[in-house]
Amino acid sequence: MASATRARTRRWQAALTYANLTPFIFFALFPFYFMFVTSFKRNAELYSLKSIPFWIQSGVITDHYAFLFQRTEFLTWMKNSLIISVIATAVSLIIAILAGYSLARLRYRGVGSFGTAVFISYLVPPTLLFLPLSQVVSWLGLSDSIWSLVLTYPTFLVPFSTWLLMGYFRTVPREVEECALVDGATRMQTLFKIVLPMAVPGVVCAALFGFTLCWNEFIYALTFVSQSGNKTAVVGVTADLIRGDIYYWGSLMAGAVLASIPIVVIYVWFLDYYVSGLTAGAVKG
Amino acid sequence: MAVTSRALAAAGLQAPGRRERLRRWWEQEHVFGYGLIVPALVLLTCLVAYPFGMAIYFSLSDYWVGSPGPFVGLANFREILGNDVFRQTVQNSFVFTLIALTLKTVLGVWLAVLLARDVRFKRLLRGAVLLPWVIPTALSTLGWWWMFDSLYSVVNWTAIRLGIMSAPGPNWLGQSSWAMAAVIVVNTWRGLPFFAITVLAGLMSIPREFYEAAEVDGASNRQRFWHVTLPLLKPVLAVVILFSTIFTFSDFNIVYVLTRGGPVNSTHLFATLAYQIGLQGGNLGQGAAISLFLFPMLAMVVFLQLRYIRKE
Repeated sequence: MASATRARTRRWQAALTYANLTPFIFFALFPFYFMFVTSFKRNAELYSLKSIPFWIQSGVITDHYAFLFQRTEFLTWMKNSLIISVIATAVSLIIAILAGYSLARLRYRGVGSFGTAVFISYLVPPTLLFLPLSQVVSWLGLSDSIWSLVLTYPTFLVPFSTWLLMGYFRTVPREVEECALVDGATRMQTLFKIVLPMAVPGVVCAALFGFTLCWNEFIYALTFVSQSGNKTAVVGVTADLIRGDIYYWGSLMAGAVLASIPIVVIYVWFLDYYVSGLTAGAVKG
Repeated sequence: MAVTSRALAAAGLQAPGRRERLRRWWEQEHVFGYGLIVPALVLLTCLVAYPFGMAIYFSLSDYWVGSPGPFVGLANFREILGNDVFRQTVQNSFVFTLIALTLKTVLGVWLAVLLARDVRFKRLLRGAVLLPWVIPTALSTLGWWWMFDSLYSVVNWTAIRLGIMSAPGPNWLGQSSWAMAAVIVVNTWRGLPFFAITVLAGLMSIPREFYEAAEVDGASNRQRFWHVTLPLLKPVLAVVILFSTIFTFSDFNIVYVLTRGGPVNSTHLFATLAYQIGLQGGNLGQGAAISLFLFPMLAMVVFLQLRYIRKE
């Protein structure tokens, strides 16, 4: 009798939890669904006040996508984003592995203040630095080139990855390292052959976040590059698909969907890394 | 050659060569430590600290794109402080940050509590919740822009059909307070996952015994939340809120894509105004002065974070 009531209250509670979660999930996902649906609708349906906006009534079309490939530099933008994100992430990762190991494991004068400096740069928002950086970039002759972004993205990637990796390096037991050193390994070998393999999840995490942050970056990419052929996917779609007062909503949404796909694919594959990286980056700090 | 010298060295027949001495020097803990940190420090000095110094220099001079101007002291600051658009921006920034942060905190804790319960499809639910945080903000904001369209807004369409609004509904991005509401909604939408997932991690680290003890003492669900969960979440919440304060306060993407600071500057934040004046207007001096107003907030957050971490 008692167990039956308990089972009923538990079921009731579960139902309540789902009922509470539904609006949140709807809120989180609806914009994506709506963008997706919009990108496949005919213009006649998009701009008709009589149609129901939630689904496609008059047939699925791929014209908006065709427009992207035939009439815009969409593929070039995607290629630019890919090159920038891969190079900037790889370079930052190497710098961050070295710095993170040094800060997490080695004892020398000033290590504490270096750690603080890295932490402070982690908190500096890009919007504080974009004006002077635009001048630095132009002095270096890099304005309007994708290399301006390869150069500047490490400014936020290195502090973040260093901070993240420090947490992972600290979990490697000291004895393992000491054993390697006693056995005659150099410090560099100890780092790359002993410690780093044990911190692989951290490295994967930093690489994923690095790539995502690069791909999603907006203000530097908007500011430093103005020639259409050198734009990143995010800026190209946001800035170049809108013309005057006529909105190309269909192709705009198609561009937004396609430019998000690389991130979605990585995200689906490595969901757990994102969750742990997010919590480690913010909470361990 | 290498073999013989190594063999000699191993036999202790020769004083260490130059290469060997270099190796020994490099193997010292402090030398190696400095060596590894140098690339990061050079990068941060040249591309964070130096530009920050430049921002201060710009703000104190009459500096335009392509034409460095003379030192003018605090003239830029005096000018922007007397400017109505700037004053409006200060007000906008605080309203925006305060409301968005409150929404994110309250909804984030609520969502985290829900996700911490024993539900099915846990991984799937978390994945769905985190999605807005992962997708490029500028792109998802385009979607919101379309959802807030003046004529074809799906929000209004639905609300009118449900009888919540009378036709035609608000022109979201064309009226000041509605535009601010829209910007806040999108910022909350994008920032909520960060709060929820981080707070969730905090919730998971609370030992079960605490709840069991509270249950034995006859505490209700609500009492358990207020007297067990919330106090124990305080450290995580503090970090998340501080962190989010600086990134909400300095937001650019959402406002730039959704409203460009309009209508009539009613949604301008420091970053978007600095962009408009410094880059589009070419007045780097004033633009830098405006973006430097982000600094006190940054300094406060850094100070609190450092103090807090030290305490930990």
